[in-house]
Amino acid sequence: MARLRSAPELERLREDIVERNSRFKATITVCGGTGCRAYGSEALKQAFEHELRKRGLDDEIRLVFSGCHGFCERGPLVVIRPEGILYCRVKEEDATSIVSKTLVKGKVIDFLLYEDPVTGEKITYEKDIPFYKAQRRIIFGQNGLIDPTAIEDYIAEGGYGSLCKVLTQMEPEEVIHEIKSSGLRGRGGAGFPTGVKWNSCRRAKGDIKYVVCNCDEGDPGAYMDRSLMEGNPHLVLEGMLIGAYAIGAQEGYIYVRHEYPRAWENASIAINQARDLGLLGEDILGSSFSFDIEIARGGGAFVCGESTALMASLEGRAGEPRDKQHLHTTESGLWGRPTNLNNVETWANVPIIINKGAAWYSEIGTPLSKGTKIFSLVGKVKNTGLVEVPMGVSLREIIYDIGGGAPDGKDFKAVQTGGPSGGCIPMELLDLPVDYDELTRAGSMMGSGGMIVMDESTCMVDVARYFLKFLMEESCGKCLPCREGVKRIYEVLTDIVEGRADGGSIELLEELAWVVKEASLCGLGKSAPNPVLSTLKYFRSEYEAHVEEKKCPAGVCTALITYFIDPEICTGCGACAKNCPHEAIEGQKREPHRIDPDICTRCGSCMEVCKFEAIGVE
Amino acid sequence: MSVVVAQASLPVTIDGAQVSVDKGTTIMEAAKLCGINIPGVCYLEGLSPYGACRICSVEVSTDGGETFRVVASCTYEIHRESVIVRTDTPRIRRIRKMLAELLVASAPNVKIAQDIAARMGVNRVRFEMEDNRCILCGLCVRICEEQMGGKALGFAGRGTDRVVSPPFATKSETCLACGGCDSVCPGKIIPCQGIKVPGELCGKCLRPEDMPFCCPMGTLGCFCERNPL
Amino acid sequence: MELNTVDLAIERREEEPQVMELDVVDLVVKRHKQKPWALISILQDIQDRVGYLPSDVLKRVAGEMDMSIPQIYSVATFFKSLNLKPQGRHTVTFCLGTACHVRGAGKIMTEVGNLLEIEPGETTEDGEFTLRAVNCLGACAIGPVMVLDGKYYGKMSAARAKVLLAECRS
Repeated sequence: MARLRSAPELERLREDIVERNSRFKATITVCGGTGCRAYGSEALKQAFEHELRKRGLDDEIRLVFSGCHGFCERGPLVVIRPEGILYCRVKEEDATSIVSKTLVKGKVIDFLLYEDPVTGEKITYEKDIPFYKAQRRIIFGQNGLIDPTAIEDYIAEGGYGSLCKVLTQMEPEEVIHEIKSSGLRGRGGAGFPTGVKWNSCRRAKGDIKYVVCNCDEGDPGAYMDRSLMEGNPHLVLEGMLIGAYAIGAQEGYIYVRHEYPRAWENASIAINQARDLGLLGEDILGSSFSFDIEIARGGGAFVCGESTALMASLEGRAGEPRDKQHLHTTESGLWGRPTNLNNVETWANVPIIINKGAAWYSEIGTPLSKGTKIFSLVGKVKNTGLVEVPMGVSLREIIYDIGGGAPDGKDFKAVQTGGPSGGCIPMELLDLPVDYDELTRAGSMMGSGGMIVMDESTCMVDVARYFLKFLMEESCGKCLPCREGVKRIYEVLTDIVEGRADGGSIELLEELAWVVKEASLCGLGKSAPNPVLSTLKYFRSEYEAHVEEKKCPAGVCTALITYFIDPEICTGCGACAKNCPHEAIEGQKREPHRIDPDICTRCGSCMEVCKFEAIGVE
Repeated sequence: MSVVVAQASLPVTIDGAQVSVDKGTTIMEAAKLCGINIPGVCYLEGLSPYGACRICSVEVSTDGGETFRVVASCTYEIHRESVIVRTDTPRIRRIRKMLAELLVASAPNVKIAQDIAARMGVNRVRFEMEDNRCILCGLCVRICEEQMGGKALGFAGRGTDRVVSPPFATKSETCLACGGCDSVCPGKIIPCQGIKVPGELCGKCLRPEDMPFCCPMGTLGCFCERNPL
Repeated sequence: MELNTVDLAIERREEEPQVMELDVVDLVVKRHKQKPWALISILQDIQDRVGYLPSDVLKRVAGEMDMSIPQIYSVATFFKSLNLKPQGRHTVTFCLGTACHVRGAGKIMTEVGNLLEIEPGETTEDGEFTLRAVNCLGACAIGPVMVLDGKYYGKMSAARAKVLLAECRS
């Protein structure tokens, strides 16, 4: 493909690609997201390739190894288009039957269809599956249609059309106005109005400006940015191009966290392909706008998700945040120059806003939170995966209608949102709409979109401790309140879960939390106390049980629980005793066994193997 | 560094007192002009401010007094008119007291930690005491980097493992032996306590196990050795 | 000299390892055009070839990148993916992200640690395994996740982990 020198040339290329694709009678899309790959989807794709070639069908049937579809619980996923038949949990050996039965004979393979866990009903089409039906996938949906390493696929879907519109029909100020009117807010966590940020960067003094894409998604449990960057990198590039044009930047940086090598790889491929076509570089599409992007890799530090720490890392220094509260990075960022940093998902929203207009976009969502949000719904829920919903949808809808509720009949207890900077929302607040301000008012926050569902077997004190341990390990260590304060909060929580707390422990926790929140240098420290504060707010009785009664109501904290075998249920099969790594179980064959509480470490190995559920916790 | 000159441009109110300062003056510097000395551990005039200890935290309002947020006065610069600062409110005292408690729990044998704790009214420490000899204020790093050009000291590690260290934890080849680090260290962690008995040194420099790793004397060689009595 | 020639030479140990390592530094820095934002990539590329980041290599990087040695040292010790000590032949990484934690990842890692007799961050005495913990790999739906020599394994249990490690050893 030759370098494009004008918008009409891009349009002609798009028409050529669409025309070329129209000769295919059908498309087999195999999901190439990380989850599906871990279950062998690459081998599955190769099996399809082999089968299609063997049957001489590779001219008639198109095979696409796409980005992540989001329905990760059911992978590997295969979608047959144009019908939109979805097959779940597809194995390598199923490829031959899918080709022969579905593609050649037009028959649906029953056992590969999605089965509703409650009704047992089999659903044939992707669009009818509850998980998808309740979503509005205006950003993420494209993942399932394209091969992320093929720019032609993106162009065929209309990609880079918004860039054309901007370069040929809009002035930079108009672009900023459009983004402002859309109501788009930062999807990385803070929710700052994107248009306002772009505007202040445009207004800042200086000829050299930068745009940055924050792909340092570090919130445990969140993987939206990973899936967007891996699955549709051109969407992000197009957003950055439009932003750079609006702001007046000529250089852009993408910072990809170390743990996402495929995202880095796919983004690099995308950049090279865009450069080859002249969509990055000098005089893009014959306009006088020039812009190029460099990719940097992180080194394994959550704190580099903080804007100033990320910029320090781009400058070749350790990722220590900067303390200059009077000066925003939009005025003085990278190398002291005006810098506009946005999250991957924020950039990904830009093309559609330009394409369909701010008026259309602002119809979606709530008055102050416009558009959709991609959430990673994980934990104790049946359908784990990535879901995209309009802002304003309730937590209940997400967890039950899309997520399918709790997997093993246990009661829902809380949902953790916003990652380590966020908090827990309890059962009673399930009807809360997902909206930046509502979640913040409830003591949590939207954060990057991680949504971790917890059931009655989760101890909320243990959860708080888990997050504080994470933050303690990820703290850069520069400032005293975070370095020492978070550490001491973790120590007090450890005392509590190990039964060493005293009457003053909770008060000490609250005091520490308050000071760390007030005095820390950066967002990591300032929001570090949130897991403690929100669990104390809604689950104070659990803390009190640990402190006063030395008991863990959820049966998790090993120092405060004992495992016992119910003699009425135990059949004496001895499986538990054989599996116990510490030989803490004794008993005669076919007689109820007994766990010695002094030796037992509550590792749970016995519970794993007991077929009769005879082992309980108290 | 700022100087109050005849054409000083920005009025700022600190604890009710008004003073006019040049653009870019920090709150801490502006406060000094009013005779208010804000406490801090990692600040030294002449070196760039660092904002690490947060003990110099103050309340600042940029909306005419409607809302106040907490910032570090050593790094917060005045760039606009009508900034209102409060350096000694119950909120600030509460912050400083806990920070002092955290500091002294970490480094009880470092003199400045004890000083700050006493000054903030800390009389009990609710945390398990450690015995760090370095409070990570970074003054030694900054004097080496900014004034002496020795490039012999820096921070290493992260979080609770953060330390001040010469590169590779060995004596630095570029150290100028200027003694700058020693002179600015607020903890006076140098174990050399001088002469105990006439004719006898304290002897600590001769026992490496007594020297905290980041001790600049480790990089320079104990002065006792170089300046025998 | 091209980078792959150097790679082969290191494998065959044709010249003195230390000299080869410094050549690697020069070539890697040149390939990344000495850009400051590429520092971590540079250090990782060097680490991929040399196995870890010895002090003379880091000093060379400082020189080639025109940065002070304390700055390079602070970067090398700040980021968890960079190792200043030799690593084991096999790296076992456990994800301790929230979703994995809620599914018992911590307990599995402790069991494996006990089996290998090392803590996370350490390498076994025989130089076979290095155990690491990572705070979320972004594969949350298939947790608990273990990565063995770059390959991802989902829905882990202590028993399966032990089997995989034993297979690895042989």
